[in-house]
Amino acid sequence: MSVVAVVRFPGTLDHESAERAARDAGAEVVEAWHADADLPAGTRAVVLPGGFSYGDHLRPGAIASRSPIMGAVRRHADAGGRVLGICNGFQVLCEAGLLPGVLRPNASLSFVCEQAELEVADETTPWTGGRVRGEVLSIPIKHHDGAWFGDPGTARVVLRYRGANPNGSVDRVAGVANAEGNVMGLMPHPEEACDPLLGSVDGRALFLALVA
Amino acid sequence: MTRVVVTVMPKHGVLDPQGQAVHGALAHLGFTGVGDVRVGRRIEIDLDAADPAAEATRMCEDLLANQLIEDFTVEVDG
Repeated sequence: MSVVAVVRFPGTLDHESAERAARDAGAEVVEAWHADADLPAGTRAVVLPGGFSYGDHLRPGAIASRSPIMGAVRRHADAGGRVLGICNGFQVLCEAGLLPGVLRPNASLSFVCEQAELEVADETTPWTGGRVRGEVLSIPIKHHDGAWFGDPGTARVVLRYRGANPNGSVDRVAGVANAEGNVMGLMPHPEEACDPLLGSVDGRALFLALVA
Repeated sequence: MTRVVVTVMPKHGVLDPQGQAVHGALAHLGFTGVGDVRVGRRIEIDLDAADPAAEATRMCEDLLANQLIEDFTVEVDG
């Protein structure tokens, strides 16, 4: 069984949902703590879940991105291992330089919490489960600092908001991957779109990519 | 100990929603003649270092500012 490490920082909130979604995708879940120097033995993929690591102090994800576990996450990514950052996890990966750009406060300065429609902008990464370009996923968002800022010409944009842009991100970006495609970050919460009870199972593809 | 004052500001050209919100509130209170408003962060660091300015600059580059969207200045007090 594939071991998926779910990293917890002080202030991480969404690990339980992410762990459930990873287990449902067939993973054996092991938690890693921010102060750990290494990932759990046998880690095949890593999830950085949502929350407010270190209270969002300085900039969201900034302090978490410099914590000891991130050295191990960087080595894992450099070796080609898959890493999925959700919401605050996306912010952490950007601050760590593992993904391009940075997440800024929503243009509205309001917290947004709603179901979002996302268009697949790049179907060649492992993260969208064979869906073709332009296909639409329904996955909820809940964030205050979700406006991705970067160069959409050089970043590998995987998901874009469809219709009204909920946070003012550049080029309606909702999620990006690194050039190699093994590191993915997105503001929407796929772990909250894995059960028919929640109205959508479109998030499952991202968790299946962890164990594929 | 030397006191170093670091100022981190949103880069010009990067949308500053906080500055815009403050601008709107000032107008609402009747303040006229307000042009651009930008909100940044001041960080005071008491530092024991041979070259406090250089050390604080490294701190900015490593953590205190994200240079994709922010500029910083470093001043050494007295």
